[in-house]
Amino acid sequence: MRKIKTSKPQNEKFVFPKTPTGVEGLDEITEGGFPKGRPTLICGGAGCGKTLLSMQFLIKGVTDYNEAGVFMSFEEPSKDLSLNVKSLGFDLEQLKADKKLVVDYVRVERSEIEEAGEYDLDGLFVRLNHAIDTVNAKRVVLDTIESLFSGLDNQAILRAELRRLFHWLKEKGVTAIITGERGEATLTRQGLEEYVSDCVIILDHRVIEQVSTRRLRIIKYRGSTHGTNEYPFLIDEHGISVLPITSLKLDNEVSSEVVSTGVPGLDGMFNGGGFYRGSNILVSGTAGTAKTTIAAYFAHEQCKKGERTVFFAFEESPQQLVRNMKSIGVNLEQYIKKGLLQIHSSRPSLNGLELHLLTLRKLIKEFKPTTVILDPISNLITVGNENEVRSMLVRLIDMLKVNNITAFFTSLNKQNDNLRPDLAEESVSSLVDTWITVRDMEGIGERNRGIFIVKSRGMGHSNQVREFVITSNGIELLDIELGPNGILTGAARKSHEMNKKVSKLKLQNELDRKDREIARKRKVLEANIDALKNEFESVVEELGILKATEDLQVKIALGNLTKTNKK
Amino acid sequence: MKKQPAEWQLLLYIAGQTPKSVKALSNIKKYAEIHLEGKYSIEIIDLLVNPQLAEGDQILAVPTLVRRFPEPIRKIIGDLSNEERVLVGLNIKPLK
Repeated sequence: MRKIKTSKPQNEKFVFPKTPTGVEGLDEITEGGFPKGRPTLICGGAGCGKTLLSMQFLIKGVTDYNEAGVFMSFEEPSKDLSLNVKSLGFDLEQLKADKKLVVDYVRVERSEIEEAGEYDLDGLFVRLNHAIDTVNAKRVVLDTIESLFSGLDNQAILRAELRRLFHWLKEKGVTAIITGERGEATLTRQGLEEYVSDCVIILDHRVIEQVSTRRLRIIKYRGSTHGTNEYPFLIDEHGISVLPITSLKLDNEVSSEVVSTGVPGLDGMFNGGGFYRGSNILVSGTAGTAKTTIAAYFAHEQCKKGERTVFFAFEESPQQLVRNMKSIGVNLEQYIKKGLLQIHSSRPSLNGLELHLLTLRKLIKEFKPTTVILDPISNLITVGNENEVRSMLVRLIDMLKVNNITAFFTSLNKQNDNLRPDLAEESVSSLVDTWITVRDMEGIGERNRGIFIVKSRGMGHSNQVREFVITSNGIELLDIELGPNGILTGAARKSHEMNKKVSKLKLQNELDRKDREIARKRKVLEANIDALKNEFESVVEELGILKATEDLQVKIALGNLTKTNKK
Repeated sequence: MKKQPAEWQLLLYIAGQTPKSVKALSNIKKYAEIHLEGKYSIEIIDLLVNPQLAEGDQILAVPTLVRRFPEPIRKIIGDLSNEERVLVGLNIKPLK
């Protein structure tokens, strides 16, 4: 008989025990950190940040997770190490004084050592053990243990002892990092990966088209899933930070709050009266179509409301930008002084794309802006190819969306005849929520600027192409002027307006004339009425006279009659 | 005869009474008796007892024989079974 079991309710998910590294981004890729209580191998060529990464692991362990550490260096004396990492903001001496960290420098000098017979590396074990016990360390770093191979002759003993060492570290329950120099055919010169096989991370320093990028990749991680890509990382004054390429999902919260565009008249083209907060806006157009100006307007508007704004200018220096915007009545300087606006100018080729992204990420963490402006993103294409730029922008947009930051990009497109977008636009147009295009409208001997909305997700918008002018008072969107051949711009608009004025004047004159005519007619009428009245009155008068005469005659006749009768 | 504490100061680092360390001790005693009779001292340091001492002389392998004096410091690692190498390492041979 076959039993069909109903699926068991899943118990609490097993979580592989991990030790957080404290390196920004690395914990995300490793999904929690290095394997707890096991050794991890970090290998890579010279100058790719092995020592720094492991040092950061120890220091963050002390400062962030309250786990003491032991750093056993086979390469650099303790003093040098302190000095080296001090420039990265870590105070090693203080940690040592606090009994949180032990730095032990193991010097292997071949010229001092003579080998005579069998030996083992118990001395090293004892030292390590002693160091671990004095601070009760949970984290151990052996920085380039391979140096031993150059100091000691007996490879057989050495290999056996190393195997014993890693085993011993595991038993000791410390999370260890072993660094190794990258070899020709193997991951490390001495094949350490044979012994340390729980987690292997490779660091790499590559120069592509004169732009150098450091990358990190997890080659293996026993017992755990992990990110498999190559992740760029950055070393700056705060140590190492790794950048996961695609660790974000599309499930960020959305806001229905609307922010104004800052451009008078442009708000009216959106049914909602502006952009949604946290959305991303692309303004594209050919050279000289006032993309930067629109961006500055938006920045100005946001700052006016007291929102923090970061403006990345890839073409102009902050001073230049401020000066140029002043000429059209946009005063950005006041907000810079208030600390609401930060303008970051750098050439795109200064860094690789990833570094730009990391810089941005850092800024977002530190400055916490609500608005980020990139002017223009198309310049980044000079650094990478389309795919890279696109993937960088996807990450950028995701990052901004997660933080609910309104992002405003400008993009320069090439002057081409068809209105459809070119490379730069194509790579981002599907990613953005709102897309505004500014374009030249060439007419008879002149060039005018038009603005229209290509798309606006989740918001009705005007379908008109509006002309706009930039004066010393700023941008002004003009009302639409329709002529027989469509929309009128520039001089055509002016002459049309003039014609309209003239005809209006004519009409007014005609009306006035008609009014006067009527008045005159009325006067004639009134005069006629008077004449008739007079005529009537004279007739009446005549009639009265006649009547009176008749009455008199009757009276006289009657008088005569009575006189005769008396006689 | 000079009045020095000992013309040859030797230190033997060991980690517990392992066969190797026992062997090393008996070996160095043997060589010293033959070549440096009366002008040497051997101090034995057990790192299991005093682990903090390992750092000072940069010990990583045991057993390690350190020649503190005469300068310069020399180190010989191993159970010292190779007499030739020990004597060369300690610079005893040319002295003889």
